Amino acid sequence: MLQFFFIPGHDRRLIPEGRLSGPMPWVIAIMIFLMVLATAAGLAFSEAARSVSDDLSSRVTVQIVEANADVRNRQSEDVAASLRGLDIVAQVRVLPEGEIRELIEPWLGTQDIGEDIPLPALIDVTLARKAGPAELEELQSAAAQLSSAARVEPSSGLIEPVIDLVRSLQWIALGLVFLLAAATAAAVIISARAALNTHDETIGIIHLLGGTDRQISKLFQRRIALDALLGGIIGLVGGAAIIWLLGMQLSALGSGLVQSLGLSWQSMLIIAAIPIMGMLLAMMTARMTIMGALKKIL
Amino acid sequence: MNEIVQFENVGLRYGAGAETLSDLSFTLYPGSFYFLTGASGAGKTSLLKLLYLSQRPSRGVIRLFGEDAVTMPRARLPGFRRRIGVVFQDFRLVPHLSAFDNIALPLRVAGVREKDLETPVAEMLDWVGLGDRASARPATLSGGEQQRVAIARAVIGRPEILVADEPTGNVDPDMAVRLLQLFEALNTLGTTIVVATHDIHLLSKVPGAQMMKLEKGSLSDPTGSLRHPPIPQDTTV
Repeated sequence: MLQFFFIPGHDRRLIPEGRLSGPMPWVIAIMIFLMVLATAAGLAFSEAARSVSDDLSSRVTVQIVEANADVRNRQSEDVAASLRGLDIVAQVRVLPEGEIRELIEPWLGTQDIGEDIPLPALIDVTLARKAGPAELEELQSAAAQLSSAARVEPSSGLIEPVIDLVRSLQWIALGLVFLLAAATAAAVIISARAALNTHDETIGIIHLLGGTDRQISKLFQRRIALDALLGGIIGLVGGAAIIWLLGMQLSALGSGLVQSLGLSWQSMLIIAAIPIMGMLLAMMTARMTIMGALKKIL
Repeated sequence: MNEIVQFENVGLRYGAGAETLSDLSFTLYPGSFYFLTGASGAGKTSLLKLLYLSQRPSRGVIRLFGEDAVTMPRARLPGFRRRIGVVFQDFRLVPHLSAFDNIALPLRVAGVREKDLETPVAEMLDWVGLGDRASARPATLSGGEQQRVAIARAVIGRPEILVADEPTGNVDPDMAVRLLQLFEALNTLGTTIVVATHDIHLLSKVPGAQMMKLEKGSLSDPTGSLRHPPIPQDTTV
């Protein structure tokens, strides 16, 4: 397909070329810029959802809801010891009361809540594999033997709505990329038709001298592909600058889900390939448009 | 003798108007020289368009190089067009190309390598007296010079048929004679020549040329030799 870049100079002169001379490269630059941002957002959301989901899917929390503090502490120690003996359990940690108070601080404030509000005991359990229904059942029965007040809750369940939201955003970003690709193709169709009209006379001459549709189409494809590539590189540079700035700001926030928003090197490769994809899209669209238009001429 | 072009009851109509060409039936033979005459508006250019495959007829049959040109698939037309040289009335040079590149165009379209086309193009430029204007663009050439470039472009590929629409209209009498000599030389090499002109003085300059006359879109046949099969010269009225 890249053979179109290597057509001889005398053939290139048949259709005069001017780099960045028309609106086409700039339209494509804007489209690619937006596509880079949408793709980066989609990929970042996807990676964040996967990262958080992977992290939480092998963790469960055991709650022991018991008003009597002594009973609660004894039961939590017994349950923790029992869980440590299971094959599927990798790590067990009984959360100290101080840490539990810190967790509820955003809702109940910093004042000493004393014994008026009994806090449940929390046991953070890390599993050796993902927690499916069978694993949860095994944990629940092990805990229930020692404490009827024990409840096993998968950690992933707590953040499921957030993950769903992030996945929705990811699909919206993907949809935007497709819409922008369609808009780019439409711009190329308009540009190709305009170029055909501008060079109508030359095309007529080449036809009557025995030129084929393919020969004529190659001339326009090359020109449009180069315009698209130049526009694409400009769009990529602009988009990459914005992503870098946003990345700096997000890393400064340094917390939770926001911190997990990042781009792997594979994602960066995908983003870097967008101008090439844009060029190929422009070239194929131009080819179809031009071949279609030439077929209407004898 | 095998015919190179054969028209049978050909008619041409643009849009819904009256027929521009009606009931054309004639045969052209390889290596012959034809003049197509007629008043302005008689349909000469339309007939030439059918010959150089710029237009399909509204009716009738056209056989070109032994094949039906009317029903021929579009994809095969370029190959046939390369066998036909055309001198357009309005020259139709590519405005942003030099005289050299305009003349080289048919060879490049046919895929001739660059090193193989430089000598013939330079020789052709010399022949039409434009050796020193090789790099000039059409806009900087006079009408006569443009016409010579157009003629050079039409003959550079040694076509089997050369179709010329008023090829001497913008050149001085000396150059007109030289161009006709070029056409005759090509004709001697086997090229069939069809020259549309309203200059009846040209006709006498090519002995042995046959004449086709168009009147209001219909062909009269003063020599009888255009018919298929041709009428022997001694029975011609």
